[in-house]
Amino acid sequence: MKTSFTINGEVKSIDVDGKTPLLWAIRDDLDLKGTKFGCGKAACGACTIHVDGKQVRSCSFPVKYAEGKNITTIEGLSKGGQLHAVQQAWAEMVVPQCGYCQPGFIMATAALLNQIPKPTDQDIDDNILNVCRCGTYYRMRKAIHRAAEIYASK
Amino acid sequence: MKKTIVSVISLLILVLGFAFAESRKDWSGDNHNAAHSNIEQSQDPFDKMMLVLTHQRCVNCHPAGSKPIKGDDSHTTRALGIPRGADGHGLKSIDCSTCHSEENNDFSGVPGAPEWALAPESMIWEGKTRVEIATQMMDPKRNGGRSPEEIMKHLTEHELVLWAWDPGVDSEGIPREKPPVPKDEYIAAVKEWIDNGAIIPNE
Repeated sequence: MKTSFTINGEVKSIDVDGKTPLLWAIRDDLDLKGTKFGCGKAACGACTIHVDGKQVRSCSFPVKYAEGKNITTIEGLSKGGQLHAVQQAWAEMVVPQCGYCQPGFIMATAALLNQIPKPTDQDIDDNILNVCRCGTYYRMRKAIHRAAEIYASK
Repeated sequence: MKKTIVSVISLLILVLGFAFAESRKDWSGDNHNAAHSNIEQSQDPFDKMMLVLTHQRCVNCHPAGSKPIKGDDSHTTRALGIPRGADGHGLKSIDCSTCHSEENNDFSGVPGAPEWALAPESMIWEGKTRVEIATQMMDPKRNGGRSPEEIMKHLTEHELVLWAWDPGVDSEGIPREKPPVPKDEYIAAVKEWIDNGAIIPNE
């Protein structure tokens, strides 16, 4: 089944079974390895991407539903050589430890700031439900607040 | 005198013990299982309908708390920590469709159907008796102002409700348990019960 969509600003077509998880197509067919496979059952959020601006766990998103959509992965988050506010805050706060889950957290946070530009701790607890096995949650909370400051100043 | 007091106390203990044993009888496993077995065999439309509505495939979407529950044991996880939200679809940034699509996903084991959502707080079923559930379901103040006909349509035609008979597989590839009444029998039972006045028994 042929499916076409825009990913990180480029129109792409892939020919795979429509039920294939979008994550597999992104990594294996489009060779974009920034989005990670974690649990494979939409529980950890390592595979979080944006579909039409909304955060989606791509391991559980069938390719056929991507038809005509606008997809952003971690590779497409920065624009014009400028880090996205969340990426900049992540670097400033030296958030990652092993780093495996971080693309998913960054994408989830970017989606949060699109909806709630100045999130409270409660907003963060409610909306950021990804899993980090290194336990960098404390640094991420600080980085999310810092990202909100950068976001507001841009 | 001492002998009389001992006799009275002994008698009291005997009577209290008997009363306790009688009170426990109704809750013993044998009696409960027998009662449940009778309901399972029943051809009464209310019994048939409520066997479905009290099954975890239905109750998991009507949880007592603000967050979803899952599985045959109705458990929760961090990933399911998304609050119900104002419209039952979650929050602004993360909602049901972050993980659930319009159909079951056999790769991830994540279930899906159109309009995947939690029922509103006024329609919490978890922990309630079947009479309480039925009463709540037919009460327009709590059921979103629905008439009996609209409730019948929701129960017999809504794809999210009928998903219970096409629940897919879990993340281990194991098929989820379906409600204990076949879909066509359930639909017929709901229609019969509502057409006959939606009588809720006294229990």
